[in-house]
Amino acid sequence: MSAVRIAPGYRLQWEPAQDCHVLLYPEGMVKLSASAAMILELCDGVRDADAIVAALLQRFPEADLTADVHEFLEVAHERGWLRTV
Amino acid sequence: MSAAGCAPSKPLWLLAELTYACPLQCPYCSNPLDFHRYKDELDTETWKRVLREARAMGAAQLGLSGGEPATRQDLEELVAEARRLGFYTNLITSGIGLDVERIERLREAGLDHIQVSFQGSSEEINDHLAGTEAFRHKQAIARAVKAAGYPMVLCFVLHRDNIDSMDAVLTLASELQADYVELATTQYYGWAWANRDRLLPSREQLQRGEAIAHAWQERMKGRMKIYYVVPDYYETRPKACMNGWGKVFLTIAPDGTALPCHSARELPGLSFPNVREHALDWIWSESPGFRRFRGFDWMKEPCRSCDEKEKDFGGCRCQAYLLTGDAENADPVCDKSPHHDRVLAAIEQAAATPAEKPLVFRNPRNAKRISSTTVHETAPAAPRANDPGQPERSQT
Ligand code: SF4
Ligand code: SF4
Repeated sequence: MSAVRIAPGYRLQWEPAQDCHVLLYPEGMVKLSASAAMILELCDGVRDADAIVAALLQRFPEADLTADVHEFLEVAHERGWLRTV
Repeated sequence: MSAAGCAPSKPLWLLAELTYACPLQCPYCSNPLDFHRYKDELDTETWKRVLREARAMGAAQLGLSGGEPATRQDLEELVAEARRLGFYTNLITSGIGLDVERIERLREAGLDHIQVSFQGSSEEINDHLAGTEAFRHKQAIARAVKAAGYPMVLCFVLHRDNIDSMDAVLTLASELQADYVELATTQYYGWAWANRDRLLPSREQLQRGEAIAHAWQERMKGRMKIYYVVPDYYETRPKACMNGWGKVFLTIAPDGTALPCHSARELPGLSFPNVREHALDWIWSESPGFRRFRGFDWMKEPCRSCDEKEKDFGGCRCQAYLLTGDAENADPVCDKSPHHDRVLAAIEQAAATPAEKPLVFRNPRNAKRISSTTVHETAPAAPRANDPGQPERSQT
């Protein structure tokens, strides 16, 4: 599987005024849930989906997030938020 | 933007109209007809304070427009400051005043996004409308933007004189390998209002253009994203103008006047505060101008008791004023409005206007001529005050 990163033109950042992470893009913004933000933070151009799951598993050993992560990455790809490297 | 609803009480969008100076003279420009009067532009330090204050209130998107924002020599400095503060920075430019080196400097300063406007699909149409030779330079700039690693975002403002070349417009965009194309329709404020009879396309023109745009949308799926917006004169419900008055958008004009919407300055009996005299927080939350049409209490019938008011906020106040003479009326684009016939009349009036009638180009000479006589003269078939308009962002 190939590594993923946030697409050019998109920026993930913490917004104090919204009290959440947001994804900024040309003339727009989406508010992100805590888990979405966590996954996107791991899309660093080095990790692939399995590595992202593994990283999350270290932080949350009880939860099996495999399906959730794959589903989110698929949606994020469709929306143009991500690129494979 | 999709987060519009989450913080209704604070601005998310700051539009900084850095200057009214522009080497082009588009007859559909949404700058005020008397733009030559506002020469006293905010200085770099004041703009930086505005950026800081807006960011502290939660604004996340910054539009840098004008006029031509690239005529400001401090553009790079302002971009750097905005980016440092955490803004997503959008430059809305005609491309004039940019070159490869400057694009690189802006990129280094942290600019996030550049949108380049074209007036038409060929040198001839483009330069006739722009009133100067700009076409080749724009093409070079569009390519340079992409070479610098940005998505190429092109904007074409459509009207009667160029909508028939829709196919050529999109061919040009695909030849340039644009990533996004915005097919914007002319909005009738400012100079576009003065030229409305000459610019408003016919329904047939529109339908032809739309069919071509949709075919291209299909064909270019996944390669070039094409946005097409139906002009509201041909709709039966108004647009949710500014997403509601004083709700998400904050515009600062070149002279520091703060406005809830692009042409709010043309509304009579309202005065808008200046950032030189007031803090942005007060301007947004307390100033009478920003509170005037906030929420729903100001509404008259049919809006007041309409179950769609939370969707469109009664439409555009400026359009209501320009077409009905009263800014509290429903936007007459709405077919529930008792004034909807004025929109239909405007369409008829445009159809009866010969294509030979000269366009009024946006330049200081025409600005002086218009404002030394009266603004009414150039405005077709509707009352207006002595106070001309002010854009949200110029239709560059
Ligand atoms: S009547 Fe007013 S609120 Fe209702 S749809 Fe028309 S413009 Fe919107
Ligand atoms: S529309 Fe834009 S490019 Fe054209 S004259 Fe106005 S500010 Fe200049």
